[in-house]
Parts: sequence; structure tokens; C-alpha cells
Amino acid sequence: MYDPTVARLTYRALLGRRRALILGALPLLLIAISLVVRALAGADDQTASDLLGGLALATMVPIIGVIAGTGAIGPEIDDGSVVYLLSKPIKRPTIIFTKLIVAIAVTMVFSAVPTLIAGFILNGNGQQIAVAYTVAALVASIAYAAFFLLLGTVSRHAVVFGLVYALVWEALFGSLVPGARTLSVQQWSLAVAHEVAGGDMVTSDVGLTTATVLLVAVTVLATWYAGQKLRSLTLAGEE
Amino acid sequence: MAVEQPMRTPAAASGDQTRIHNIGYRSYDGPRLGRSYATRSLYSQSLRGSYGLGRSVKSKVLPMLLFVVMCVPAAIMVAVAVATKAKDLPLDYTRYAIVMQAVISLYVASQAPQSVSRDLRFKTVPLYFSRPIETADYVRAKFAALASALFILTAAPLLVLYVGALLAKLDFGDQTKGFAQGLVSVALLSLLFAGLGLVIASVTPRRGFGIAAVIAVLTISYGAVSTLQAIADAQGSTGSIAWMGLFSPVTLIDGLQSAFLGASSTFPGGVGPTNGEGVVYVLVTLGLIAACYGLLMRRYRKVGL
Repeated sequence: MYDPTVARLTYRALLGRRRALILGALPLLLIAISLVVRALAGADDQTASDLLGGLALATMVPIIGVIAGTGAIGPEIDDGSVVYLLSKPIKRPTIIFTKLIVAIAVTMVFSAVPTLIAGFILNGNGQQIAVAYTVAALVASIAYAAFFLLLGTVSRHAVVFGLVYALVWEALFGSLVPGARTLSVQQWSLAVAHEVAGGDMVTSDVGLTTATVLLVAVTVLATWYAGQKLRSLTLAGEE
Repeated sequence: MAVEQPMRTPAAASGDQTRIHNIGYRSYDGPRLGRSYATRSLYSQSLRGSYGLGRSVKSKVLPMLLFVVMCVPAAIMVAVAVATKAKDLPLDYTRYAIVMQAVISLYVASQAPQSVSRDLRFKTVPLYFSRPIETADYVRAKFAALASALFILTAAPLLVLYVGALLAKLDFGDQTKGFAQGLVSVALLSLLFAGLGLVIASVTPRRGFGIAAVIAVLTISYGAVSTLQAIADAQGSTGSIAWMGLFSPVTLIDGLQSAFLGASSTFPGGVGPTNGEGVVYVLVTLGLIAACYGLLMRRYRKVGL
């Protein structure tokens, strides 16, 4: 199910040349902001929770997920070079699974690790906040990567739709319509984080069971369907 | 008209085997429309392209959808104001773009790469420069087109609000003043966002990557600045709030209009910049627009990508 060559090529496509710099800029910014906040405000649990929840989990994880998830397959389909990959005797679901692993790994490294570091900088993991948000980022990375990888195989405008989901649905509708929060990767991952951290600092609108079931369902279904899409891929010309 | 010319002097050709055949090509002697015409064409084509006009149905969906999303809340506000016979609109003209900034950011992110990245990827830039247009013309046309498209996107809901306010018989002088202030503010916002979007998009030939980079710059900087401002507000250091606003495009426009265009600030604590700080805001905004223009000129100085 895992093909090292495909993985290597995907890593190169995602992190090659200057792309790693752009991906790395966001985590660096988060850590820089944490340093500034710690210097300005001192260690405060509420501040740490606001910053990690508002900036790291709500904005940074989805954006890195979009870049890694759609970037793992989108550009290849876009410029047509995916045919060279598809013409090799590798099962299509294997290709998707490998790319998913890579996308998850990249998202985790560039979002969960800085979240942990920022959490320790902000309040030294007081009330388990740093660990809780790191767990949330890890869980969210898996679901986002799978979901955005699927978008990458379905649409040529995957990045836009991914961002519309992350910014408009989760952030805007989520804050206005409570029902929208039930269908949000962010809230599901928060439910898991709530279970890990215990305390009241990390809360979610979704129960743990619902959240886990939905997370697993989205990840598995998205991966399966992406594999199916790749089996019957038609290459369209640029409009 | 490919008539082979008869050889004229066979005697002279005996020593020299080279000869030129005139196969009847004619040079163009119609009117030449020139540089400004080409620039105007590039401008109008880019502007239409920003809304998907003249392109496939699929590429019309997103810009049109975002345009509708921008205008619908304005229409709802007008309807509410008319129905409740309110004395004032529920939202200031100047505040509207700030509230809808996520939609505007998405529009810039999706249309800026559409405008320049595809030219880079399909290597059509050298073809443009084989016409009479020059680097400055190309940059100006693209910049103006995206800025106009953004202005249409941001000014249309204001127009809806204004017309609605007049129909609801709100005070004419008040509304006109607010509308004019709103227009100035969205014009500056359009120029700033268009510049930033184009500079980022012109670096990468990959459309998807350009979109993500533009949205990251616009949203993350806003998220970071407003988080820091909220913390500074909670810490009681209100003096630093205004200075932090300089570091993201949205808060930049917000601070500028609350200093000079009579807007109420959305900064935490509702403290906008003072007039002195407002001057810095104006300078930074204009400086950024000029810097974007300069960077674009530098980017396209070398034609071969």
C-alpha cells in the first residue's frame, strides 16, 4: 500500500525548491508571535488558549492542510504529468494512500510541531494546553489532508474550494450558525483534544463519540473516493 | 500570389549561384493601433477575465458567487432598514468591506493568480512583449484591471446600501457623505489588495500555490495582528494597539479610514489611530501600493520569465 518512490516524488513536489520556505514561514510566524506575546503578557492560560485556538488551529492548520493536501496531487493533474505516474504498474489506491501519508506527515510537521513549541513558549504547557492543541492539530492534520487530497483529485480549483471550506464554512458560518460547527474538522479535533486535556480550557461543541466516528468516516471515505476518482481520471485541457 | 520571378540576367548569374526569390509576401499597410490600444485591450481582457467573462462557464462560477455573496448582506440590510423604518443603516459604509474581508481576500486570492500566473505558466508573457507594449504597460494594465475588478466587487454593495438608504428616505446629506467616504476607502483597499495579490502571484507559475500564498499573507497577517491587539488591549497597553495595525492590510485600511474617513474602528477597545498616527497609516498604505508597483516592474523587467 505504500510506494517509496511515489512518496519521494511527492515530498520533492511539496518541499522542493522554495516551497518549503513558504510552508516554513507560517510556523515561524506563529512561534515569533508566541515569543512576543509571552514577552508582552507573561504566561497566561487564557491567552495561550486563545492564541493556539484562534491562530494555530483555526487558521494555520487548515491552510497548511490545503497546501499539502492539494499540493500532493493537484499540480500533477494540472500539468498532465500524472499520466506518467498512472501508466506505471502501481495500483491507483496505492498512489493515493502514499500521497496521503506524505501529505499527513507534512501537515503534521509544519503545524503540530510548531503548535507544541508555541504552547510551551506561551505558558509552559500549563493545564495541558500545549499538548491538547497539539493533539487537536495532529488529528485535524489527518482529516484535512485526506479531505483536501480528495478535493485535489476532484476539482481543478481545489485550493479555492479548500480555502472556502476552511475560512468561510469553519470560521465564518461556524461562528454564526451553531449547527455548522457539527460539520467541522476543527470542532471534531477539539473534541479529541478536550478528552486528552481534561480541563475547561479546551472545549468543543461536538461529543467525543460523534467526533471520532465522523473523523474516521471522513478520512476513510475521502481516501477511498480519491482512489476511485484516480482510477477513472480524465485529463482535461486548460480552459 | 506566389509567382516565381523570372530570372533576369542569366548571364550574370553564371558565376554567382545565390539568388533571391520574391514569392509575393506583402507587408501590412493597414492602420497600426499602437501601444495604448494594446494596453487598453490587455486591461479590458484582464478585467473581463476577473469575472470569468469570455472564459468557460466553470471559471465564471467562483467570481460571480463571491460577487453575489458580497451584495446579498447589503440587500438584506437595506430591506431591514426599510421595513423597520430605521433612522440609520445597521452598518456604516466604511465598515462593510472590513466585515466582508474574508470574501474580498478569497476573491483576490482566486483572481490574482488567474490574471498573471497563467501567463507565466503557458509562457505567453514573451508573446505580449512581442507586441508594441512594454513592461510598464503590461504591469499597469494588469494592476489596473485587478484593482478595478476589486473596486467593482467592493463598491457594488455600497451602491446597493446607498440606493436603498435613499429609497428609505434617510437623510440625503449624511448618506452621501458616508457613501463618498466608503468609496474612497474601498478604492484604497482595492489598490492595496490588488498590488499585494499580483506581487505574490507573479512569483509562482503554479496557480494553486499562488492562491494559497495570497490567502496566507492576507488572513494570517490579519489573524496575527488582531490577536496581538486583543492581548495588548487586555494588558491595558492601548498605545501600542494602533501601531500593531500597520502590519496587516485589513487593519491598515481600517486604521486609515477611522483616522480620516470618519469610520469607527474595529480595533479592540474601539480605539482607532489618532490623526498623527493616521498620517503614518496613509504613508504606509501609499508606500505599499508604490512598492507593489515597483516590485512588479522589477519582476517583469526580464521578459524571458
